[in-house]
Amino acid sequence: MKGMPRAIWSYRHFIVSSIRNDLRSRFARSKLGAVWMILQPLAQVLIYSLVLSRIMVAKLPGIDSPYAYSIYLLAGMQAWSLFSEVVTRSLTVFVENGSMLKKIVFPRACLPIVTLGSALVNNVLLFVVMMIVFALLGHFPIYALLWVPLLTFVTAAFSLGLGLLMGVLNVFVRDVAQFMMVVLQLWFWLTPVVYMSSIIPERLHAAMQFNPMYWIVAAYQDTLVYGRAPEPDGLLGVTVAALILLACSLLLFRKAAPDMVDVL
Amino acid sequence: MKAVVLQVQNVGKSFRDYGSEWRRFGSWFGMHSSNVKDHWVLRNISFAVHAGEALGIVGQNGAGKSTLLKIITGTLGATEGTVRASGRVAAILELGMGFDPDLTGRQNSEHVAGLMGFSRAEIRTLLPRIEAFAEVGAYFDEPVRTYSSGMQMRVAFSLATASRPDVLIVDEALAVGDAYFVHKCFKRIREFRDEGTTLLIVSHDKSAVQALCDRAVMIDRGRLVADGSPQEVLDFYNALISEKENSTVRQSRQEDGAAVTVSGTGEAVIDSIWLEDAAGQRVEFVGVGDPVDLVIRVRVESALARLVVGYVIRDRLGQAVFGTNSFYTDQVIENAQTGDQFEFRARFPVNLGVGTYSFSVALSSTETHLVNNYEWRDLALVFTVANTQRTTFVGMAWIQPQITISPCGRADASVTRIGAGQEARVPDGRSPS
Repeated sequence: MKGMPRAIWSYRHFIVSSIRNDLRSRFARSKLGAVWMILQPLAQVLIYSLVLSRIMVAKLPGIDSPYAYSIYLLAGMQAWSLFSEVVTRSLTVFVENGSMLKKIVFPRACLPIVTLGSALVNNVLLFVVMMIVFALLGHFPIYALLWVPLLTFVTAAFSLGLGLLMGVLNVFVRDVAQFMMVVLQLWFWLTPVVYMSSIIPERLHAAMQFNPMYWIVAAYQDTLVYGRAPEPDGLLGVTVAALILLACSLLLFRKAAPDMVDVL
Repeated sequence: MKAVVLQVQNVGKSFRDYGSEWRRFGSWFGMHSSNVKDHWVLRNISFAVHAGEALGIVGQNGAGKSTLLKIITGTLGATEGTVRASGRVAAILELGMGFDPDLTGRQNSEHVAGLMGFSRAEIRTLLPRIEAFAEVGAYFDEPVRTYSSGMQMRVAFSLATASRPDVLIVDEALAVGDAYFVHKCFKRIREFRDEGTTLLIVSHDKSAVQALCDRAVMIDRGRLVADGSPQEVLDFYNALISEKENSTVRQSRQEDGAAVTVSGTGEAVIDSIWLEDAAGQRVEFVGVGDPVDLVIRVRVESALARLVVGYVIRDRLGQAVFGTNSFYTDQVIENAQTGDQFEFRARFPVNLGVGTYSFSVALSSTETHLVNNYEWRDLALVFTVANTQRTTFVGMAWIQPQITISPCGRADASVTRIGAGQEARVPDGRSPS
């Protein structure tokens, strides 16, 4: 396993072509192709904006744009969509590629890396579109651009850590994926993406601190909506947590890898 | 002896039942549970394969062949023992693995070649070779979902064998596509072998194993039960699949070292067997085209409702040349009593090429020896065909031709030299020039 980074490096072209094929085949026979990748989250934002903007707009102090709520939503979605895509797809990546794992010798770690890579490409596209929408709405969070790479890295590390952990366990106990899908839905509503943390009762704030996604989403909103630096303690905490989780799941992956093919 | 390329040492594979998945998770971190149940699917497998050798692996479904191949390939870990291979090992465990139907043949080839571990530069040089060998024409740049299954196999096979590996592992993948392409596949595999690639082939296709391999091993219920020449191992395999609870398989060596396999319940036995020429003399050497009688004396050891006698003529590689039985010819013996004796006589012209042949003989109740196998005897009789009075020919069959040669096109020349309507005939007994 010491050779894992080297093995992955020698398979870099395969990883790149897998990511390309993944994106290409997802929209291979649709007329609009990759545009759907952008349209889906945008439609979601639009729906929430239409349904909730009246209720929410008063709760957003600090920005005076009439589109304040849409901007807020987009910022949160940028974080959440990356998280949920990586986790959802990592959950089933080993099971779906079971026959390939059984019949072809290649570094198994390539699979989650391809998943992550493909989600990151999506996320970057979404970011570009978001910036265009912001510009059209007259919102220019230039300062935020400096933070986005770091925030993306932290989100990716946390998502991959969780997704890999659950994905490995799902090979042995298939309930894990079903369970996680429910958890993800619940998690979405427990994280201030469509609402503001200010509407949460005071006594629940302490509990909120233990939700890593709260810190991540808040950091995106701080930079992209308010144009200010994220809260340093929270960001540092969640970064450390993400790296520890990722290290743990890599360890689990290493231990479980020889057993995985037996049960696939 | 050449260098050992592949060394399989005492390999065993157990699929562990932990009772609970929590115990499995615990086992990764050093917690050992006493409740683990081992299901051994392979045990004590040891063999060595030398450079350029072709090894066939035979065995019934579920015997553990595919598990063994996966362990040798490296996708599956062995529970005990070691596999050591030198050089690049390539495996064709399933053709078309990793193909995406929406991508073109070229894109898929590029992608899967990467999956096989080739660098981008290597892929660039391999692609033209893949395209040329597959012979799918303009379809190479069409999405794979538009391919026929045969075309997909063509691309998949040429991709899988695009570069010559040091060890090539093939699992049941040979009988694909049209006859032309199957020949082409075999040719390429033979070329690999001639250039020094070590082959490992699992196949139910006996002729493939016999044609390609110089050695075979047989796996039965996870154990290595036979290791020898393909002929010998396949005879053993044949005997084993016909085995019933009360039957036995015996393999004994003749003076020349060849193994004779006899199996069956023994309810009817082959007493003696010989070949007679037209004059009624027992012979071992026969001339091409001569008429002979195959005589089989059968003794019934316990009362039988039905008795069918069959035989197969095999060439020196063990490939069936011709075979039939008294069921096909509608001459089934009915209600045979204990102690009855029968003489089975088959007269035929030896329209065979020069070489050594053998008879396999079977006594059973129907046309297949899998139902009631009284006795099955491989290499029951060996005979040699020599060409003493026919024209020189090559190949395994004597198909007597009438060859006519007449000039055409240049009418003048033919008229002056031979005369109109006259044909140049090659007389029997002289080689055509």
